[in-house]
Amino acid sequence: MTTMTREETEALIAEVLEVYPEKAKKDRAKHLMVNDQSIEQSKKCITSNRKSLPGVMTVRGCAYAGSKGVVWGPIKDMIHISHGPIGCGQFSRAGRRNYYVGTTGVDTFGTMNFTSDFQEKDIVFGGDKKLTKLIEEVEMLFPLHKGISVQSECPIGLIGDDIEAIAKKGAVTIGKPIIPVRCEGFRGVSQSLGHHIANDTIRDWVLDKRDGTPDTSTPYDVAIIGDYNVGGDAWASRILLEEMGLRVVAQWSGDGTLAEMMNTPKVKLNLLHCYRSMNYITRHMEEKYGIPYMEYNFFGPTKIIESLRRIAGFFDDSVKEKAELVIARYQPMMDAIIAKYKPRLQGKKVMLYVGGLRPRHIIGAYEDLGMEVVGTGYEFAHNDDYDRTIKEMGNTTLIYDDASGFELEEFVKKIKPDMVGSGIKEKYIFQKMGIPLRQMHSWDYSGPYHGYDGFAIFARDMDIALSNPVWGNMVPPWKKEVVEEIAKAA
Amino acid sequence: MANIMIRTADSGGLTFYLPKRDLEASISSIEFDTPEKWGGELKLDNGGIYFIDPIARPSRLPISLRARRIGAAED
Repeated sequence: MTTMTREETEALIAEVLEVYPEKAKKDRAKHLMVNDQSIEQSKKCITSNRKSLPGVMTVRGCAYAGSKGVVWGPIKDMIHISHGPIGCGQFSRAGRRNYYVGTTGVDTFGTMNFTSDFQEKDIVFGGDKKLTKLIEEVEMLFPLHKGISVQSECPIGLIGDDIEAIAKKGAVTIGKPIIPVRCEGFRGVSQSLGHHIANDTIRDWVLDKRDGTPDTSTPYDVAIIGDYNVGGDAWASRILLEEMGLRVVAQWSGDGTLAEMMNTPKVKLNLLHCYRSMNYITRHMEEKYGIPYMEYNFFGPTKIIESLRRIAGFFDDSVKEKAELVIARYQPMMDAIIAKYKPRLQGKKVMLYVGGLRPRHIIGAYEDLGMEVVGTGYEFAHNDDYDRTIKEMGNTTLIYDDASGFELEEFVKKIKPDMVGSGIKEKYIFQKMGIPLRQMHSWDYSGPYHGYDGFAIFARDMDIALSNPVWGNMVPPWKKEVVEEIAKAA
Repeated sequence: MANIMIRTADSGGLTFYLPKRDLEASISSIEFDTPEKWGGELKLDNGGIYFIDPIARPSRLPISLRARRIGAAED
Protein backbone atom coordinates (compact mmCIF):
# COMPACT_ATOMS: atom_id res chain seq x y z
CA MET A 1 0.00 0.00 0.00
CA THR A 2 1.09 3.51 -0.62
CA THR A 3 1.93 5.81 2.20
CA MET A 4 -0.19 8.62 0.78
CA THR A 5 -3.93 8.83 1.18
CA ARG A 6 -6.31 10.06 -1.48
CA GLU A 7 -6.60 13.47 0.19
CA GLU A 8 -2.85 13.86 0.41
CA THR A 9 -2.38 12.99 -3.25
CA GLU A 10 -5.14 15.37 -4.29
CA ALA A 11 -3.56 18.09 -2.18
CA LEU A 12 -0.23 17.41 -3.87
CA ILE A 13 -1.75 17.83 -7.32
CA ALA A 14 -3.43 21.08 -6.24
CA GLU A 15 -0.18 22.36 -4.77
CA VAL A 16 1.81 21.63 -7.92
CA LEU A 17 -0.81 23.25 -10.14
CA GLU A 18 -0.79 26.39 -8.00
CA VAL A 19 2.03 28.04 -9.99
CA TYR A 20 0.19 27.93 -13.31
CA PRO A 21 -1.96 30.77 -14.63
CA GLU A 22 -5.69 30.14 -14.27
CA LYS A 23 -6.29 28.81 -17.78
CA ALA A 24 -3.26 26.55 -17.82
CA LYS A 25 -4.13 25.25 -14.37
CA LYS A 26 -7.61 24.28 -15.52
CA ASP A 27 -6.18 22.47 -18.53
CA ARG A 28 -3.42 20.64 -16.68
CA ALA A 29 -5.75 19.56 -13.88
CA LYS A 30 -7.52 17.32 -16.40
CA HIS A 31 -4.31 15.42 -17.08
CA LEU A 32 -3.53 14.48 -13.50
CA MET A 33 -5.45 11.99 -11.42
CA VAL A 34 -5.43 9.95 -8.26
CA ASN A 35 -5.96 6.33 -9.13
CA ASP A 36 -9.19 4.64 -8.20
CA GLN A 37 -9.42 1.02 -9.25
CA SER A 38 -13.20 1.06 -9.13
CA ILE A 39 -13.34 3.35 -12.17
CA GLU A 40 -14.13 1.50 -15.39
CA GLN A 41 -13.53 4.33 -17.82
CA SER A 42 -10.48 6.52 -17.54
CA LYS A 43 -12.03 9.37 -19.50
CA LYS A 44 -14.07 10.32 -16.46
CA CYS A 45 -10.95 11.31 -14.56
CA ILE A 46 -8.10 11.84 -17.03
CA THR A 47 -7.79 13.54 -20.38
CA SER A 48 -5.15 12.32 -22.80
CA ASN A 49 -3.89 12.70 -26.35
CA ARG A 50 -4.40 16.46 -26.35
CA LYS A 51 -2.11 19.18 -27.60
CA SER A 52 0.58 20.11 -25.07
CA LEU A 53 0.30 23.57 -23.57
CA PRO A 54 2.72 26.11 -25.05
CA GLY A 55 5.28 27.06 -22.43
CA VAL A 56 5.28 23.89 -20.36
CA MET A 57 8.20 21.58 -20.98
CA THR A 58 6.75 18.50 -22.58
CA VAL A 59 8.90 15.50 -23.46
CA ARG A 60 6.83 14.37 -26.39
CA GLY A 61 8.14 13.60 -29.86
CA CYS A 62 6.64 14.24 -33.28
CA ALA A 63 4.91 12.17 -35.94
CA TYR A 64 8.22 11.63 -37.73
CA ALA A 65 9.68 10.21 -34.51
CA GLY A 66 6.75 7.83 -34.26
CA SER A 67 7.05 6.63 -37.84
CA LYS A 68 10.76 6.64 -38.60
CA GLY A 69 12.06 6.15 -35.10
CA VAL A 70 9.61 3.56 -33.86
CA VAL A 71 7.66 1.66 -36.48
CA TRP A 72 9.66 1.80 -39.72
CA GLY A 73 13.20 2.42 -38.52
CA PRO A 74 13.95 -1.03 -37.04
CA ILE A 75 13.04 -2.88 -40.26
CA LYS A 76 16.57 -3.82 -41.03
CA ASP A 77 16.70 -4.73 -44.71
CA MET A 78 15.04 -1.57 -45.93
CA ILE A 79 16.52 1.86 -46.43
CA HIS A 80 14.59 4.54 -44.60
CA ILE A 81 15.16 7.90 -46.21
CA SER A 82 14.66 10.89 -43.94
CA HIS A 83 13.33 13.18 -46.63
CA GLY A 84 13.99 16.78 -45.67
CA PRO A 85 16.66 18.73 -43.78
CA ILE A 86 19.45 16.69 -42.29
CA GLY A 87 18.89 17.10 -38.54
CA CYS A 88 15.81 14.91 -38.07
CA GLY A 89 17.58 11.90 -39.51
CA GLN A 90 20.91 12.47 -37.85
CA PHE A 91 19.64 13.06 -34.33
CA SER A 92 17.30 10.06 -34.45
CA ARG A 93 19.98 7.77 -35.84
CA ALA A 94 20.61 4.54 -33.93
CA GLY A 95 19.57 6.06 -30.60
CA ARG A 96 16.99 3.44 -29.78
CA ARG A 97 19.28 0.43 -29.87
CA ASN A 98 17.01 -1.73 -32.01
CA TYR A 99 19.37 -4.67 -32.25
CA TYR A 100 19.55 -6.73 -35.43
CA VAL A 101 21.59 -9.42 -37.12
CA GLY A 102 23.28 -8.58 -40.39
CA THR A 103 26.14 -6.69 -41.95
CA THR A 104 25.39 -3.01 -41.71
CA GLY A 105 25.79 -1.25 -45.02
CA VAL A 106 25.62 -4.48 -47.02
CA ASP A 107 22.34 -6.27 -46.33
CA THR A 108 21.08 -4.38 -43.28
CA PHE A 109 20.87 -0.65 -42.72
CA GLY A 110 19.42 -0.17 -39.23
CA THR A 111 22.00 2.19 -37.76
CA MET A 112 22.69 4.21 -40.90
CA ASN A 113 21.25 7.58 -41.73
CA PHE A 114 19.94 8.22 -45.24
CA THR A 115 18.71 11.73 -45.87
CA SER A 116 17.99 14.00 -48.79
CA ASP A 117 19.61 16.93 -46.87
CA PHE A 118 17.23 19.69 -47.97
CA GLN A 119 18.75 23.08 -48.74
CA GLU A 120 17.09 26.41 -49.41
CA LYS A 121 16.89 25.73 -53.14
CA ASP A 122 15.05 22.47 -52.54
CA ILE A 123 12.43 24.34 -50.52
CA VAL A 124 12.06 26.90 -53.31
CA PHE A 125 12.11 24.56 -56.30
CA GLY A 126 10.85 21.36 -54.65
CA GLY A 127 12.76 18.23 -53.74
CA ASP A 128 11.27 15.77 -56.21
CA LYS A 129 14.31 15.60 -58.46
CA LYS A 130 16.61 15.18 -55.50
CA LEU A 131 14.53 12.28 -54.19
CA THR A 132 14.55 10.57 -57.59
CA LYS A 133 18.32 10.89 -57.75
CA LEU A 134 18.66 9.67 -54.18
CA ILE A 135 16.66 6.55 -54.97
CA GLU A 136 18.89 5.81 -57.95
CA GLU A 137 22.04 6.32 -55.90
CA VAL A 138 20.76 4.09 -53.11
CA GLU A 139 20.06 1.34 -55.60
CA MET A 140 23.56 1.67 -57.06
CA LEU A 141 25.43 1.83 -53.75
CA PHE A 142 23.36 -0.67 -51.75
CA PRO A 143 22.02 -3.20 -54.24
CA LEU A 144 21.09 -5.71 -51.52
CA HIS A 145 18.42 -3.55 -49.92
CA LYS A 146 14.88 -4.95 -50.15
CA GLY A 147 12.97 -1.71 -50.38
CA ILE A 148 12.86 1.94 -49.47
CA SER A 149 10.61 3.98 -47.24
CA VAL A 150 10.46 7.73 -47.65
CA GLN A 151 9.88 9.35 -44.28
CA SER A 152 8.73 12.93 -44.78
CA GLU A 153 9.96 15.66 -42.54
CA CYS A 154 8.00 18.88 -41.95
CA PRO A 155 9.00 20.87 -45.07
CA ILE A 156 7.78 18.16 -47.44
CA GLY A 157 4.22 18.67 -46.30
CA LEU A 158 4.61 22.43 -46.21
CA ILE A 159 5.86 22.77 -49.79
CA GLY A 160 3.57 20.01 -51.05
CA ASP A 161 6.04 17.68 -52.76
CA ASP A 162 4.36 14.67 -54.36
CA ILE A 163 6.42 11.87 -52.82
CA GLU A 164 3.77 9.29 -53.73
CA ALA A 165 4.33 9.91 -57.44
CA ILE A 166 8.11 9.69 -57.04
CA ALA A 167 7.74 6.49 -55.04
CA LYS A 168 5.56 4.85 -57.66
CA LYS A 169 7.88 5.84 -60.48
CA GLY A 170 10.99 4.88 -58.55
CA ALA A 171 9.56 1.49 -57.62
CA VAL A 172 9.15 0.68 -61.30
CA THR A 173 12.70 1.84 -62.09
CA ILE A 174 14.44 -0.17 -59.38
CA GLY A 175 11.94 -3.03 -59.21
CA LYS A 176 11.60 -2.89 -55.42
CA PRO A 177 8.89 -1.49 -53.19
CA ILE A 178 9.15 2.18 -52.28
CA ILE A 179 6.80 3.33 -49.56
CA PRO A 180 6.02 7.02 -49.13
CA VAL A 181 5.16 7.85 -45.53
CA ARG A 182 3.45 11.16 -44.87
CA CYS A 183 4.70 11.49 -41.32
CA GLU A 184 5.51 15.20 -41.25
CA GLY A 185 6.35 16.21 -37.71
CA PHE A 186 3.60 18.79 -37.39
CA ARG A 187 0.85 16.20 -37.78
CA GLY A 188 -0.96 15.34 -34.57
CA VAL A 189 -0.12 16.18 -30.99
CA SER A 190 2.65 13.62 -30.39
CA GLN A 191 4.49 10.65 -31.88
CA SER A 192 1.28 8.67 -31.47
CA LEU A 193 -0.13 9.88 -34.78
CA GLY A 194 3.15 8.92 -36.43
CA HIS A 195 2.59 5.33 -35.28
CA HIS A 196 -0.88 5.43 -36.77
CA ILE A 197 0.32 6.88 -40.08
CA ALA A 198 3.11 4.30 -40.28
CA ASN A 199 0.66 1.47 -39.58
CA ASP A 200 -1.65 2.77 -42.29
CA THR A 201 1.17 2.88 -44.85
CA ILE A 202 2.13 -0.70 -43.97
CA ARG A 203 -1.50 -1.66 -44.47
CA ASP A 204 -1.73 0.10 -47.84
CA TRP A 205 1.71 -0.59 -49.34
CA VAL A 206 3.08 -3.77 -47.77
CA LEU A 207 0.62 -6.11 -46.13
CA ASP A 208 -1.35 -7.36 -49.13
CA LYS A 209 1.62 -7.91 -51.44
CA ARG A 210 1.74 -11.68 -50.95
CA ASP A 211 -1.99 -12.35 -50.77
CA GLY A 212 -2.85 -15.42 -52.79
CA THR A 213 0.70 -16.78 -52.94
CA PRO A 214 1.17 -20.45 -51.98
CA ASP A 215 0.79 -20.94 -48.27
CA THR A 216 3.51 -22.81 -46.41
CA SER A 217 2.25 -21.95 -42.97
CA THR A 218 1.81 -24.32 -40.05
CA PRO A 219 -1.02 -24.27 -37.48
CA TYR A 220 1.46 -22.85 -34.95
CA ASP A 221 2.48 -19.68 -36.77
CA VAL A 222 2.50 -16.48 -34.76
CA ALA A 223 3.85 -12.97 -35.24
CA ILE A 224 5.40 -10.77 -32.57
CA ILE A 225 3.89 -7.34 -33.11
CA GLY A 226 5.13 -4.19 -31.42
CA ASP A 227 8.41 -5.47 -30.06
CA TYR A 228 11.25 -3.23 -31.19
CA ASN A 229 14.07 -5.43 -29.96
CA VAL A 230 15.47 -2.74 -27.69
CA GLY A 231 18.64 -4.33 -26.33
CA GLY A 232 17.49 -7.70 -27.70
CA ASP A 233 13.97 -7.79 -26.19
CA ALA A 234 12.33 -9.53 -29.11
CA TRP A 235 14.92 -12.30 -29.07
CA ALA A 236 14.33 -12.93 -25.37
CA SER A 237 10.59 -13.15 -26.09
CA ARG A 238 10.96 -15.21 -29.21
CA ILE A 239 12.83 -18.10 -27.61
CA LEU A 240 10.04 -18.60 -25.09
CA LEU A 241 7.46 -18.82 -27.85
CA GLU A 242 9.63 -21.21 -29.83
CA GLU A 243 10.17 -23.42 -26.78
CA MET A 244 6.39 -23.60 -26.52
CA GLY A 245 6.28 -25.14 -29.99
CA LEU A 246 5.15 -22.04 -31.83
CA ARG A 247 6.75 -20.80 -35.03
CA VAL A 248 7.53 -17.10 -34.97
CA VAL A 249 7.09 -15.99 -38.56
CA ALA A 250 7.59 -12.28 -38.13
CA GLN A 251 9.02 -9.74 -35.73
CA TRP A 252 7.46 -6.29 -36.00
CA SER A 253 9.61 -4.45 -36.26
CA GLY A 254 12.77 -5.02 -34.17
CA ASP A 255 15.16 -7.23 -36.19
CA GLY A 256 12.32 -7.53 -38.71
CA THR A 257 12.42 -7.64 -42.48
CA LEU A 258 10.11 -6.56 -45.24
CA ALA A 259 9.47 -10.18 -46.23
CA GLU A 260 8.40 -11.02 -42.68
CA MET A 261 5.84 -8.24 -42.77
CA MET A 262 4.47 -9.44 -46.09
CA ASN A 263 4.14 -12.97 -44.66
CA THR A 264 2.33 -11.87 -41.53
CA PRO A 265 -1.22 -12.18 -42.94
CA LYS A 266 -0.65 -15.95 -43.03
CA VAL A 267 -0.13 -16.38 -39.27
CA LYS A 268 -2.70 -17.82 -36.89
CA LEU A 269 -2.29 -15.36 -34.05
CA ASN A 270 -0.85 -11.89 -33.69
CA LEU A 271 0.91 -11.33 -30.39
CA LEU A 272 0.73 -7.66 -29.59
CA HIS A 273 3.24 -6.25 -27.13
CA CYS A 274 3.20 -2.51 -27.71
CA TYR A 275 -0.50 -1.88 -27.97
CA ARG A 276 -0.13 1.86 -28.45
CA SER A 277 2.03 1.78 -31.55
CA MET A 278 0.76 -1.26 -33.42
CA ASN A 279 -2.85 -1.95 -32.46
CA TYR A 280 -3.93 -0.33 -35.71
CA ILE A 281 -2.40 -3.00 -37.92
CA THR A 282 -3.62 -5.88 -35.76
CA ARG A 283 -7.14 -4.51 -35.89
CA HIS A 284 -6.86 -4.38 -39.67
CA MET A 285 -5.54 -7.94 -39.88
CA GLU A 286 -8.30 -9.13 -37.59
CA GLU A 287 -10.90 -7.71 -39.93
CA LYS A 288 -9.35 -8.50 -43.29
CA TYR A 289 -7.66 -11.83 -42.60
CA GLY A 290 -9.55 -13.02 -39.53
CA ILE A 291 -6.37 -13.25 -37.43
CA PRO A 292 -7.13 -12.76 -33.74
CA TYR A 293 -4.74 -10.65 -31.72
CA MET A 294 -3.79 -10.83 -28.11
CA GLU A 295 -2.01 -8.35 -25.88
CA TYR A 296 0.69 -9.97 -23.81
CA ASN A 297 3.17 -8.84 -21.20
CA PHE A 298 6.64 -10.37 -20.87
CA PHE A 299 7.90 -8.26 -17.95
CA GLY A 300 8.47 -10.24 -14.75
CA PRO A 301 7.69 -13.92 -14.05
CA THR A 302 4.12 -13.36 -12.81
CA LYS A 303 3.05 -11.65 -16.01
CA ILE A 304 5.10 -13.97 -18.21
CA ILE A 305 3.38 -17.05 -16.76
CA GLU A 306 0.00 -15.40 -17.18
CA SER A 307 0.79 -14.44 -20.78
CA LEU A 308 2.28 -17.81 -21.75
CA ARG A 309 -0.86 -19.59 -20.52
CA ARG A 310 -3.14 -17.20 -22.37
CA ILE A 311 -1.12 -17.57 -25.58
CA ALA A 312 -1.21 -21.37 -25.25
CA GLY A 313 -4.98 -21.11 -24.82
CA PHE A 314 -5.26 -20.22 -28.51
CA PHE A 315 -3.64 -23.51 -29.56
CA ASP A 316 -4.03 -27.25 -29.01
CA ASP A 317 -3.03 -29.32 -25.99
CA SER A 318 0.53 -29.99 -27.17
CA VAL A 319 1.30 -26.27 -26.97
CA LYS A 320 -0.44 -26.00 -23.61
CA GLU A 321 1.68 -28.85 -22.24
CA LYS A 322 4.88 -27.32 -23.57
CA ALA A 323 3.95 -23.97 -22.09
CA GLU A 324 3.71 -25.60 -18.67
CA LEU A 325 7.09 -27.23 -19.26
CA VAL A 326 8.61 -23.87 -20.15
CA ILE A 327 7.15 -22.31 -17.02
CA ALA A 328 8.42 -25.18 -14.88
CA ARG A 329 11.88 -25.06 -16.45
CA TYR A 330 12.43 -21.37 -15.73
CA GLN A 331 10.80 -21.36 -12.31
CA PRO A 332 13.94 -22.36 -10.36
CA MET A 333 15.92 -19.62 -12.13
CA MET A 334 13.24 -17.07 -11.24
CA ASP A 335 13.09 -18.26 -7.64
CA ALA A 336 16.84 -17.83 -7.35
CA ILE A 337 16.71 -14.29 -8.74
CA ILE A 338 13.85 -13.27 -6.49
CA ALA A 339 15.56 -14.87 -3.47
CA LYS A 340 18.71 -12.88 -4.25
CA TYR A 341 17.28 -9.48 -5.06
CA LYS A 342 13.95 -9.25 -3.24
CA PRO A 343 15.50 -8.78 0.22
CA ARG A 344 17.63 -5.95 -1.18
CA LEU A 345 14.82 -4.22 -3.04
CA GLN A 346 11.81 -4.97 -0.84
CA GLY A 347 9.56 -1.99 -0.17
CA LYS A 348 11.39 0.45 -2.44
CA LYS A 349 9.16 2.95 -4.21
CA VAL A 350 9.37 3.69 -7.93
CA MET A 351 7.90 6.41 -10.10
CA LEU A 352 7.64 5.87 -13.83
CA TYR A 353 7.19 8.29 -16.67
CA VAL A 354 7.71 6.75 -20.08
CA GLY A 355 5.72 6.06 -23.22
CA GLY A 356 4.03 3.26 -25.09
CA LEU A 357 3.34 0.20 -22.99
CA ARG A 358 5.89 0.44 -20.20
CA PRO A 359 4.12 2.61 -17.64
CA ARG A 360 1.70 -0.27 -17.05
CA HIS A 361 3.60 -3.35 -18.27
CA ILE A 362 6.64 -2.98 -16.03
CA ILE A 363 4.59 -2.68 -12.84
CA GLY A 364 4.37 -6.48 -12.58
CA ALA A 365 8.14 -6.86 -12.82
CA TYR A 366 8.71 -4.36 -10.00
CA GLU A 367 6.11 -6.09 -7.87
CA ASP A 368 7.85 -9.42 -8.40
CA LEU A 369 10.89 -7.82 -6.79
CA GLY A 370 8.85 -6.54 -3.87
CA MET A 371 8.99 -2.95 -5.11
CA GLU A 372 6.04 -0.67 -5.39
CA VAL A 373 5.11 1.71 -8.22
CA VAL A 374 3.70 4.85 -6.60
CA GLY A 375 3.24 6.98 -9.68
CA THR A 376 3.07 6.35 -13.39
CA GLY A 377 2.34 8.27 -16.52
CA TYR A 378 2.54 8.29 -20.28
CA GLU A 379 3.91 10.82 -22.69
CA PHE A 380 1.50 10.11 -25.50
CA ALA A 381 -1.09 7.56 -24.39
CA HIS A 382 -4.75 7.58 -25.32
CA ASN A 383 -7.63 6.82 -23.02
CA ASP A 384 -7.64 3.10 -23.82
CA ASP A 385 -4.13 2.94 -22.32
CA TYR A 386 -5.33 4.56 -19.11
CA ASP A 387 -8.31 2.17 -18.99
CA ARG A 388 -5.76 -0.62 -18.81
CA THR A 389 -3.45 1.21 -16.40
CA ILE A 390 -6.04 1.92 -13.73
CA LYS A 391 -6.40 -1.80 -13.04
CA GLU A 392 -2.65 -2.34 -12.77
CA MET A 393 -1.89 0.51 -10.39
CA GLY A 394 -2.59 0.59 -6.66
CA ASN A 395 -5.37 2.75 -5.26
CA THR A 396 -4.58 6.40 -4.49
CA THR A 397 -1.37 6.32 -6.53
CA LEU A 398 -0.64 9.21 -8.83
CA ILE A 399 -1.22 9.07 -12.59
CA TYR A 400 -0.04 11.84 -14.90
CA ASP A 401 -0.49 12.40 -18.60
CA ASP A 402 2.02 14.40 -20.68
CA ALA A 403 3.64 15.70 -17.49
CA SER A 404 5.83 18.78 -17.81
CA GLY A 405 9.36 18.93 -16.46
CA PHE A 406 8.18 21.12 -13.59
CA GLU A 407 5.32 18.85 -12.55
CA LEU A 408 7.48 15.75 -12.58
CA GLU A 409 10.16 17.40 -10.46
CA GLU A 410 7.63 18.61 -7.91
CA PHE A 411 5.96 15.21 -7.71
CA VAL A 412 9.28 13.52 -7.13
CA LYS A 413 10.25 16.06 -4.46
CA LYS A 414 7.04 15.44 -2.56
CA ILE A 415 6.52 11.72 -3.05
CA LYS A 416 10.23 10.96 -2.55
CA PRO A 417 10.44 7.68 -4.44
CA ASP A 418 13.56 5.54 -4.04
CA MET A 419 13.93 5.39 -7.80
CA VAL A 420 12.59 6.98 -10.97
CA GLY A 421 12.19 5.23 -14.31
CA SER A 422 12.12 7.74 -17.13
CA GLY A 423 14.17 9.07 -20.02
CA ILE A 424 17.52 10.69 -20.58
CA LYS A 425 16.07 14.21 -20.30
CA GLU A 426 14.98 13.45 -16.74
CA LYS A 427 17.97 11.36 -15.77
CA TYR A 428 20.47 13.94 -14.57
CA ILE A 429 17.94 16.24 -12.94
CA PHE A 430 16.84 13.47 -10.63
CA GLN A 431 20.28 12.03 -10.10
CA LYS A 432 21.45 15.46 -8.97
CA MET A 433 18.53 15.45 -6.56
CA GLY A 434 19.98 12.21 -5.18
CA ILE A 435 17.46 9.82 -6.65
CA PRO A 436 18.69 6.98 -8.85
CA LEU A 437 17.11 6.92 -12.29
CA ARG A 438 16.98 4.09 -14.76
CA GLN A 439 16.45 5.19 -18.31
CA MET A 440 13.47 3.06 -19.24
CA HIS A 441 13.15 4.04 -22.91
CA SER A 442 16.15 2.03 -23.98
CA TRP A 443 16.88 0.18 -20.72
CA ASP A 444 19.75 2.52 -19.90
CA TYR A 445 22.05 0.91 -22.46
CA SER A 446 21.37 -2.49 -20.89
CA GLY A 447 18.72 -5.07 -21.73
CA PRO A 448 16.93 -7.12 -22.76
CA TYR A 449 14.22 -6.77 -20.13
CA HIS A 450 11.57 -8.96 -21.80
CA GLY A 451 11.15 -12.63 -21.01
CA TYR A 452 12.75 -14.75 -18.31
CA ASP A 453 16.29 -13.91 -19.36
CA GLY A 454 15.35 -10.25 -19.42
CA PHE A 455 13.99 -10.37 -15.88
CA ALA A 456 17.36 -11.54 -14.59
CA ILE A 457 18.98 -8.48 -16.15
CA PHE A 458 16.18 -6.21 -15.00
CA ALA A 459 16.55 -7.34 -11.38
CA ARG A 460 20.32 -6.92 -11.49
CA ASP A 461 20.06 -3.44 -13.04
CA MET A 462 17.56 -2.22 -10.48
CA ASP A 463 19.80 -3.50 -7.69
CA ILE A 464 22.88 -1.84 -9.20
CA ALA A 465 21.07 1.48 -9.48
CA LEU A 466 19.60 1.43 -5.98
CA SER A 467 22.54 -0.05 -4.09
CA ASN A 468 25.14 2.23 -5.62
CA PRO A 469 27.08 3.74 -2.68
CA VAL A 470 27.09 7.14 -4.40
CA TRP A 471 23.55 7.87 -3.17
CA GLY A 472 24.89 7.88 0.39
CA ASN A 473 27.42 10.56 -0.50
CA MET A 474 25.15 13.25 -1.86
CA VAL A 475 26.27 15.77 0.75
CA PRO A 476 29.94 16.74 0.17
CA PRO A 477 32.28 16.22 3.15
CA TRP A 478 32.76 19.94 3.93
CA LYS A 479 28.99 20.42 4.12
CA LYS A 480 28.50 17.21 6.06
CA GLU A 481 30.37 18.60 9.09
CA VAL A 482 28.12 21.64 9.16
CA VAL A 483 25.04 19.43 8.97
CA GLU A 484 26.34 17.33 11.85
CA GLU A 485 27.20 20.41 13.92
CA ILE A 486 23.75 21.82 13.42
CA ALA A 487 22.31 18.49 14.43
CA LYS A 488 24.49 18.46 17.53
CA ALA A 489 23.56 22.02 18.46
CA ALA A 490 19.88 21.19 18.12
CA MET B 1 -19.89 10.36 -41.52
CA ALA B 2 -16.93 8.47 -40.22
CA ASN B 3 -15.43 5.06 -40.70
CA ILE B 4 -15.88 2.88 -37.65
CA MET B 5 -15.07 -0.69 -36.76
CA ILE B 6 -17.23 -3.01 -34.68
CA ARG B 7 -15.62 -6.03 -33.07
CA THR B 8 -16.48 -8.64 -30.48
CA ALA B 9 -15.09 -7.76 -27.08
CA ASP B 10 -13.20 -10.26 -24.97
CA SER B 11 -16.13 -10.15 -22.55
CA GLY B 12 -18.54 -11.14 -25.32
CA GLY B 13 -20.23 -7.80 -26.05
CA LEU B 14 -19.51 -5.48 -28.95
CA THR B 15 -16.89 -2.75 -29.03
CA PHE B 16 -16.92 0.33 -31.16
CA TYR B 17 -13.71 1.77 -32.58
CA LEU B 18 -13.32 5.07 -34.36
CA PRO B 19 -9.84 5.07 -35.95
CA LYS B 20 -9.85 8.77 -36.80
CA ARG B 21 -10.00 9.71 -33.13
CA ASP B 22 -8.63 6.48 -31.70
CA LEU B 23 -11.77 6.18 -29.69
CA GLU B 24 -12.65 2.80 -28.27
CA ALA B 25 -15.88 2.23 -26.37
CA SER B 26 -18.18 -0.67 -25.69
CA ILE B 27 -21.61 -0.69 -27.27
CA SER B 28 -24.26 -0.76 -24.58
CA SER B 29 -27.22 -1.15 -26.93
CA ILE B 30 -27.86 -1.77 -30.60
CA GLU B 31 -31.22 -0.83 -32.12
CA PHE B 32 -31.74 -3.80 -34.44
CA ASP B 33 -30.21 -7.15 -33.62
CA THR B 34 -31.83 -9.81 -35.80
CA PRO B 35 -30.17 -11.91 -38.54
CA GLU B 36 -31.95 -9.94 -41.30
CA LYS B 37 -31.73 -6.47 -39.83
CA TRP B 38 -28.71 -5.42 -37.78
CA GLY B 39 -27.52 -1.95 -36.92
CA GLY B 40 -29.38 1.32 -36.45
CA GLU B 41 -28.61 3.42 -33.44
CA LEU B 42 -25.61 2.37 -31.40
CA LYS B 43 -25.50 3.64 -27.84
CA LEU B 44 -22.00 3.68 -26.41
CA ASP B 45 -21.02 3.42 -22.78
CA ASN B 46 -19.23 6.76 -23.02
CA GLY B 47 -22.50 8.51 -23.79
CA GLY B 48 -22.07 8.83 -27.56
CA ILE B 49 -24.74 7.73 -30.02
CA TYR B 50 -23.92 6.69 -33.58
CA PHE B 51 -26.14 5.51 -36.41
CA ILE B 52 -25.25 2.85 -38.96
CA ASP B 53 -27.55 1.86 -41.82
CA PRO B 54 -29.18 -1.46 -40.90
CA ILE B 55 -27.73 -4.41 -42.81
CA ALA B 56 -27.99 -8.19 -42.57
CA ARG B 57 -26.06 -9.37 -39.51
CA PRO B 58 -22.43 -9.77 -40.63
CA SER B 59 -21.20 -13.35 -40.66
CA ARG B 60 -17.89 -12.31 -39.16
CA LEU B 61 -16.69 -9.53 -36.92
CA PRO B 62 -14.84 -7.17 -36.87
CA ILE B 63 -16.42 -5.15 -39.65
CA SER B 64 -15.75 -1.64 -40.89
CA LEU B 65 -18.78 0.53 -41.56
CA ARG B 66 -19.74 4.12 -42.14
CA ALA B 67 -21.45 5.71 -39.18
CA ARG B 68 -23.14 9.02 -38.48
CA ARG B 69 -22.84 10.69 -35.12
CA ILE B 70 -26.09 11.67 -33.46
CA GLY B 71 -25.84 14.49 -30.96
CA ALA B 72 -22.76 16.23 -29.64
CA ALA B 73 -19.24 14.83 -29.79
CA GLU B 74 -18.23 12.94 -26.68
CA ASP B 75 -14.77 13.13 -25.20
